[in-house]
Amino acid sequence: METKNIMIVGVGGQGTLLTSRILGNLIRKYGYDVKLSEVHGMAQRGGSVVTFVRYGDKVYEPIVEEGMADVLIAFERLEAIRYQDFLKDDGVIVLNDVRIDPMPVVIGACEYPKDIVDELKKGHTVYSVNANEEAIKLGNSRVFNLIILGLAAKHLDFKVEDWLSVIEETVPPKTIELNKKAFLLGYEKGE
Amino acid sequence: MKKLMLGNEAIARGAFEAGVKVASAYPGTPSTEISENLVQYKEIYCEWAPNEKVATEVAIGASMAGVRSMACMKHVGLNVAADPLYTAGYIGVNGGMVLVVADDPGLYSSQNEQDTRNHARGALVCCIEPSDSQEAKDFTKFAYKISEEYDMPVILRTTTRLAHSQQEVELCDRVEVEDKPYEKNIAKNVMMPANAKRRHVIVEEKLARLAKDGANFEINKMEINDTSIGFVTCGIAYQYVKEAMPNASVLKLGLVNPLPMDLIKEFAKKVDKLVIFEELMPIIEEQVKAAGIDCVGKEMFTVLGEYSANMLKKAFGKAVPAIKQNNLPMRPPILCPGCPHRSVFSVLKKLKIHASGDIGCYTLGAVQPLGVVDSTVCMGASISVLHGIQKAKGDEFTKDWVAVIGDSTFLHTGVNSLMNTVYNKGVGVVMILDNRTTGMTGHQDHAATGKTLQGEETNAVDIPALCRAIGVKRVFEISAFDQKGLEKLLKEELSLRQLSVIVTKAPCALLKGVVFKDKCKEDTEKCKKCGRCLSIGCPALTKCADGTIKIDQSMCNGCGLCQTYCAFDAIKLIKGE
Ligand SMILES: Cc1ncc(C[n+]2csc(CCOP(=O)(O)OP(=O)(O)O)c2C)c(N)n1
Repeated sequence: METKNIMIVGVGGQGTLLTSRILGNLIRKYGYDVKLSEVHGMAQRGGSVVTFVRYGDKVYEPIVEEGMADVLIAFERLEAIRYQDFLKDDGVIVLNDVRIDPMPVVIGACEYPKDIVDELKKGHTVYSVNANEEAIKLGNSRVFNLIILGLAAKHLDFKVEDWLSVIEETVPPKTIELNKKAFLLGYEKGE
Repeated sequence: MKKLMLGNEAIARGAFEAGVKVASAYPGTPSTEISENLVQYKEIYCEWAPNEKVATEVAIGASMAGVRSMACMKHVGLNVAADPLYTAGYIGVNGGMVLVVADDPGLYSSQNEQDTRNHARGALVCCIEPSDSQEAKDFTKFAYKISEEYDMPVILRTTTRLAHSQQEVELCDRVEVEDKPYEKNIAKNVMMPANAKRRHVIVEEKLARLAKDGANFEINKMEINDTSIGFVTCGIAYQYVKEAMPNASVLKLGLVNPLPMDLIKEFAKKVDKLVIFEELMPIIEEQVKAAGIDCVGKEMFTVLGEYSANMLKKAFGKAVPAIKQNNLPMRPPILCPGCPHRSVFSVLKKLKIHASGDIGCYTLGAVQPLGVVDSTVCMGASISVLHGIQKAKGDEFTKDWVAVIGDSTFLHTGVNSLMNTVYNKGVGVVMILDNRTTGMTGHQDHAATGKTLQGEETNAVDIPALCRAIGVKRVFEISAFDQKGLEKLLKEELSLRQLSVIVTKAPCALLKGVVFKDKCKEDTEKCKKCGRCLSIGCPALTKCADGTIKIDQSMCNGCGLCQTYCAFDAIKLIKGE
């Protein structure tokens, strides 16, 4: 199989690491060679963060580069547009349609780009949901990332049962039911 | 059994399997997770040391006593530990000893981009470098073999990309290594001139032998394919070669100091063109050229940042997709909502005070809109740099200057600087921002938190008492959120032109067990759109299209700082239960 490349981008503190861990454990179940690459430390303090997931018969470099990504999972709009050039021409974007202003925007040094979603749609297929709002409806704003993962799952080659069992193995025991619910909510939005 | 592991987890596992008994470290991205994983193995005694010099000396002691030992640090930590390392090279080992040192090409979270292989060469010690998680574990075990066979400390060099990438790793059992007896050996272990002179001869001999034997080490790998180009590479750069040029011939060096030059010569004979592909400095390249072997290296590739497969492709004229130049707003890291440092910095900003800075989350006080910090050099430097400024320009010049330093950094090396200021009759205000943890690297305990790496209760250094014991007469403690009190105290102490220490206290907002019950909420009706609340740089606050502000309730930690900045009562503190 040709190597598949997934990127998860967002804002430090949004929980991209949990998402990549779930993906990593899932891919292992299917017997692929897998490499994940994460950002720890300084960049986690509200900065722009990127996680790479690559799998296939044999994976060498752990990073995804320009024009390589099959799926771009973006936890925030500005981060989606920042990394859109990493997608293949036929790559898809799974977007959490929310806005988090970076400090240069907050202090008025520059403007938050307008019409990001339209811009993204010009070049790629975009599946989006405001997962933060949906998560609050579920009773916990933190599980928005599982909703996004559910939406992305529609465009990846793994069975729902396997997703659910990996979620069970990966998230803290007390939050299993909530996380599964969030995942399924996203999954159904992908229909 | 196989497990997905970060490079750092794999190194900890390697130490476990190799029978390591003692490990000491000071945190530093990207090396921190090694200790955080070592702690799960009950067979290994491990600890946080106050700095890397101490950690390395603990490892030297354990090795001298006859067990396998480890010390872990980031690249700049090795500068602090360079003193013991350079002499440990002469002494050699009893039990095997490995220093894990993590470089940071691309500066993901460091103050410079130095190359650890320079220290390995300088200290006359062996250095080996893995290229993925599996090798990280295997090479760790191999490092102990080399260390004991060649009576030499070994540096296991990693980089951020390797340390923080995950891959499946095959787990093995621990093999217990019998403790070696301790033998008093003055000629070997007491490095005074006469002994060290003899040891230097021995070290040079050992290195020469290692360089020769190294040609046959299993950690080097020669792959002969298309012989028109042959790459000599090491570490993560190997993965980029395989990705970009799968048909090329490759010599992957696991042993990077001393270089197995015979092996490189043999490889060079087999290929038409020899290309050295190494991140950071041309360390292999310069030695290969000095050995009279024709090659290219930094003529083609940069000494800056991280490498990649696309970069290699581009260098060989292959088309790669380009990133369109976009003028998107950057997203630099910032202090978290509820961070006590923000409160302290907003007072400094209001009083237009210069801050001689240090390393930690509070370095972000240099970022706009705070922009308070004037300088950052290395850990502990804030106090001594301020002392230098004051001695250079006089205390009139420094009347609006302070030094700011975190609790962990103060214990790391700041305390020496404070001792110097007292001893040499320096004056000024030193602020110790005590947030009860090593924040920047992800919440490690230290000698003043009262908890060990294992989470056990222990003595907690009393920082104010320590300052008094050094001889500081004016030591104050104040809540980091008491803005009025802090402003008054700062004005008073700065006017005195004596030496004062102000310890500002409030736990890191992300520290386990810290709960913020309250929330700040905007009252849009009352908002006059003045933007004053935005001047504190809290990421929970945003400006709406109409100029009013909005507070993101999921981000707000209810510290109330923005409220104190609103003159129109447009921000309310909603009390939680
Ligand atoms: C010599 C050296 N060792 C380790 C590091 C990594 N490092 C950066 S900041 C920091 C600690 C910061 O802790 P503290 O001073 O308590 O400040 P906080 O981040 O909690 O505000 C460490 C260990 C470094 N930069 N230099």
